[in-house]
Amino acid sequence: MTREAVPDYSDTSRWSYYVDPSFYADLVELSGEWYDDWPPCALEVKADAEALLHREARLLDEARFNEWLDMYSRECLYWVPVTPGGGDPRAEVSHAFDDRRRLTDRVYWLRTGLAFCQIPQSRTRRIVGNVEVLDEPDNGRRRVRSSFLLTEFRAGTTKLYSGWYGHALTRDDDGWKIRTKQVNLLDSEHGHENLTIVF
Amino acid sequence: MRHIFGYTWVYLAHETQLPTANSFRTAYLGLRPLILTRDKHGELHALLNRCRHRAATVCREESGTAKSFQCPYHGWTYQNTGELIGVPWPDAYGTDFRRKDWSLAQVPRIETYRGFVFGTLNESAPPLTDHLGEVRRLLDYWIDRAPGGDVRVESGAHRMVYRGNWKLAYDNAADGYHPAFSHRSLLQMAQRLGESRDMTYFGQSPDQGPMYVQYLGNGHNFIDQRPSYDGAGSFWANQRPQPGREGFEERIRERYGDQADTYLDLCVGAQINLNIFPNLLLIGNQIQVIEPFAVDRTQLTWYATTVGGVPDEVNAMRMRTQEDFPAFGEPDDQANFEECQRGLAVPEVEWVLMNRGYGVEGRQKVSEDGVVTGPVTDELHMRGYFEEWVRLMSRAGAEDDT
Repeated sequence: MTREAVPDYSDTSRWSYYVDPSFYADLVELSGEWYDDWPPCALEVKADAEALLHREARLLDEARFNEWLDMYSRECLYWVPVTPGGGDPRAEVSHAFDDRRRLTDRVYWLRTGLAFCQIPQSRTRRIVGNVEVLDEPDNGRRRVRSSFLLTEFRAGTTKLYSGWYGHALTRDDDGWKIRTKQVNLLDSEHGHENLTIVF
Repeated sequence: MRHIFGYTWVYLAHETQLPTANSFRTAYLGLRPLILTRDKHGELHALLNRCRHRAATVCREESGTAKSFQCPYHGWTYQNTGELIGVPWPDAYGTDFRRKDWSLAQVPRIETYRGFVFGTLNESAPPLTDHLGEVRRLLDYWIDRAPGGDVRVESGAHRMVYRGNWKLAYDNAADGYHPAFSHRSLLQMAQRLGESRDMTYFGQSPDQGPMYVQYLGNGHNFIDQRPSYDGAGSFWANQRPQPGREGFEERIRERYGDQADTYLDLCVGAQINLNIFPNLLLIGNQIQVIEPFAVDRTQLTWYATTVGGVPDEVNAMRMRTQEDFPAFGEPDDQANFEECQRGLAVPEVEWVLMNRGYGVEGRQKVSEDGVVTGPVTDELHMRGYFEEWVRLMSRAGAEDDT
């Protein structure tokens, strides 16, 4: 079933068709490629990617979730695996495996004012660094990997998360969009308190 | 911890977490660290993870395969049956030192019910099947949803830690009073697209509805949500939407015809909450284990499950369903548990209420076998399991046990 075949269902925040077996297969393949050695990229390309990552970090830290959502492509994935490094999401459970609809749900949920685990709302600040980019200009795709350090303060307690991001970017008419964001927490499979912030 | 977890049957693991000969995994019985092992003959053992020499844990990996464990401190080595097989330079312990006296201590009794492994330190405990009692038929229902009863735990887990007592999670698991309030964020999110989904029935005159809560005896509780559903495919139809849902449903219906509704229903939960005292909760398709760390600190682990005999895509969809509540439901519960724990520290106001439905005429029914049934918001489950709690806490001479 392709999106084109069901034009009425093209609103990916309402209907979900694109998370199909080939989507999963691509994702597992992508997951392996984060560990390859990448050639150095042009400085402008790197600066571009860094600007995108820094903007995303700021929007999240300022809780501007609707604008953050706009940084994602229509068919996208926000993925926080439980299995360190990713694993196979067909057989393994994740902290978040959000297609466009569930990501929209997540933002909606945070904004209901009724998510008691986010009352008071977390304050966060993150640093994103060690950015590397693999540029494939011909097919309009970029992959970006980076390390992050994230501090969360909520209800009198400060917590620290660290790990690495994998971003797969895609180009549309408005420029680069995030197609896949894989968030690899250093301690993803261990116990966490109130794991409700967006990474 | 000694009186409850040190005396009754405690859930330790699912057999599929020890899939092959020489598999092991660590677990807890109360605060005692354990190594569960399957020896070369396939026999299960629950060993205390404590070197007999200087008490260091001898196994520090979460799971894997090993024929033996060597203590990193002084090199004492134990077979996966617990037997001590190596002591460096043993002559210094004198001529009467016998290795067979210094095996790893074991949980004296472990028994398995259809893949669920339990252990107890109480040598005179009744057989596991007696302890489970009324739970068995419901556990059978939960297991037999899977073709051939083939349920597997091999898919990772959500581990959540909260700052509160372990009983807060156990109280809540059969509490049909809270969903309409605690889970308002989730219910409102689910209505974003204008459809009402899973669990909204908890907010609609629940006491007049067909759902009920039961106290099953021996500390075990049960909420039945199944009466709010009807017919094959109803579980699936009422579930909040998962990633890939619509495309998946079309593929399954196209390929599997009459079988499709069964496969779709298997992607979502069993619509029962079955709470097996003191530390095992079956909620949805997940096996939750309560691990008390301290009086005000608990880890609640949600093991995802897969089933055999279905297309792989069904198990992938189970993963997407099992991610939903840990993300959008349980965090609000745990926030409330933590606030209860804070409130419970007020010394001037000692008591909490658990008398909802108590003494209200016509509200509770007690069957011949002692099962108590009431409307789903009743607090009879707490009154029931605290009887078991009191029984265990007040046994004569309990201080000397374990």
